[in-house]
Amino acid sequence: MENPVVYFKGLYSKGIKHNNNLLPPASPFTVMVRKEVADHVRSWRFIIMVMLIVLTFLGTMYVSLSNIRKAVANVNDPDHLFVYLKLLTTTNGTLPSFQVFISFLGPLLGIALGFDAVNAEKNNGTLTRLLAQPVYRDNLLLAKFIGALIVISVLFVSLCLLMIGGGLIITGVPIEAVEFFRILGFIVMSILYVGFWLSLSICLSVVFKHAATSALTAIGIWLFFTVFYRIIINIIATAILPNNSFMDPGATLAYNNLLLDLLRIAPGQLYTDATTTLLMPSVRSLGPLTMEQMAGAIPSPLPLKESFMIVWPQVTGLISATTVCFAITYYLFMRKEIRT
Amino acid sequence: MENPIIELDGLTKFYGSVKAVDDLHLKIDKGEIFGLLGPNGAGKTTTILMMLGLTEPSAGTALICGVNATTNPITVKKRVGYMPDSVGFYDNMTALENLMYIARLNGIPEQEIQMRSRQTMEMVGLADEMDKNPSAYSRGMKQRLGLADVLIRDPEVIILDEPTLGIDPSGVKEFLSFIRHLSRQQGLTVLLSSHHLHQVQQVCDRVGIFVEGKLLVEGNIETLSHNLFGEESFAVVITVKESLPASWEPMKELEQFAAIKKINISEKAVEFSCTENMTPDIVRFFVEKGLSVMGVHKKEFGLDEIYQRYFENNVKKNISNGKSGGLFQRSLFKRNKTQ
Repeated sequence: MENPVVYFKGLYSKGIKHNNNLLPPASPFTVMVRKEVADHVRSWRFIIMVMLIVLTFLGTMYVSLSNIRKAVANVNDPDHLFVYLKLLTTTNGTLPSFQVFISFLGPLLGIALGFDAVNAEKNNGTLTRLLAQPVYRDNLLLAKFIGALIVISVLFVSLCLLMIGGGLIITGVPIEAVEFFRILGFIVMSILYVGFWLSLSICLSVVFKHAATSALTAIGIWLFFTVFYRIIINIIATAILPNNSFMDPGATLAYNNLLLDLLRIAPGQLYTDATTTLLMPSVRSLGPLTMEQMAGAIPSPLPLKESFMIVWPQVTGLISATTVCFAITYYLFMRKEIRT
Repeated sequence: MENPIIELDGLTKFYGSVKAVDDLHLKIDKGEIFGLLGPNGAGKTTTILMMLGLTEPSAGTALICGVNATTNPITVKKRVGYMPDSVGFYDNMTALENLMYIARLNGIPEQEIQMRSRQTMEMVGLADEMDKNPSAYSRGMKQRLGLADVLIRDPEVIILDEPTLGIDPSGVKEFLSFIRHLSRQQGLTVLLSSHHLHQVQQVCDRVGIFVEGKLLVEGNIETLSHNLFGEESFAVVITVKESLPASWEPMKELEQFAAIKKINISEKAVEFSCTENMTPDIVRFFVEKGLSVMGVHKKEFGLDEIYQRYFENNVKKNISNGKSGGLFQRSLFKRNKTQ
């Protein structure tokens, strides 16, 4: 029979090793992610972006807090009892709500964190130095993405927790589970949305040699989708589609749906759709509804699951857009010559 | 060569239709310092990148420490330290932090990192400057920091791409002697690429001359010069006070010597190419003729000359390509090459 001392030897020595503080070295990937996070947190552009977002957050919170009494007391609004969702969405018309600001500033944040991810390393000569170390090439790309995503997640989660905490202190109303999960859904959507722009800008940073070019291109794409895309779709629609008055209701509905689907190619639209549904539980559909569909419906908040069902296509759309961008980046970067 | 540590076999790389590296065969032994010499754009960096698995070869294999670099780049990179030609550092960290980052990436235990980084910084002579930002470093200091990057992980092979680029002469000397010292002390294999001949000549055991993706010749410097210059491997230049006419009569006597192959008179300097060292006889002859010998200079055939010989062809080809009616010259070039 085996000597029990021999049998236990490995176990004990393992424990001793840990006690002696001989930690196993972190994997290169973890090291790179840590470095990316540290870089972002210390970089001026991130600090400026955070300042912008915190300012808009404070502004919208101020506006919504000063209007919350009216909003909660509004019995005609089926959502009036969701105090915390109201905190995020109530406005008095002077400032847009926080989610609208994020749909606008989120892309900028993503672009700011990613536009020089690869080309700056390459131009500084650090890319060769880094890749000469025993690390996988894709780890670099993944570390850039994950590092920025961690920073963004921490930012949004802490902002929303701040909002909930502040709301608790000021209103004294306990938060309900439904509200919490809806806000969580909002946070996840925001992270996904910024993640899309992040992966797009990282992709551009692989394609373009100069950081300025990739930043400008990313901002160009962002401007196109936020400003021009809707205008172009409208112009084309009015030019091509037949006049409204000659169409039967079925055709009008089909055309309207088509237009909406086209608009949803813009990631901003997906984000707005999804966050609106999540933060306003009474939203039942994102498209036009016929009178038959609306017949007998009582204006009341939807259960959480139903709201998630409505935004699911949007979530999938954003995830797939992010993944496609990342896959393209991956493909381009793996084959790229790293010499300067 | 029993056990080569670097073994390149038929390594080829195309960039589009341009052949950057052409069927390269090379073996480098353990503990050797090998110099890869060639003009800019000869394919040196491409070769090095292929050895590290950073670029995929179009054909052929690169075995480093017996591991295929293309399929197992991580294993190779664990054992090979590579210093790129234009090494860059993160400007938002100090030099020491830069080094510690590399140490972490190499999986050095966290407790040792601080100590080992400091030791390496001392080793490369940057102990006083390690808390400075690398953007404040001079070119030579950056190179030394780059070397620290390479050394911190105890590599078996060091590959240095143009390590002497942009450093002043005394810095170069120091840098190279440090590398030689390291190689001898720790049995490191060093591969360094350069287009600076004098410098490479000082430290390399063996050199390979690399032009247009082809390794034209390899060997130690003596063999190379012997192969190239064959019999005329001794050259003496004698400077006299008086200017001599191009056809100076007494020179005929000197031509009687069997060992003297060629005499070249240009006013005050006379150049002799001989098969053996004829310097004493030549000087005696001059003195007997009543000439005042001002200087005797024995020419060593260094890499410069070797280089010159090899690149003559190259240069000629470039010139002929530049002209429209280069047919004649190209045929000339061909003849040169077959010589």
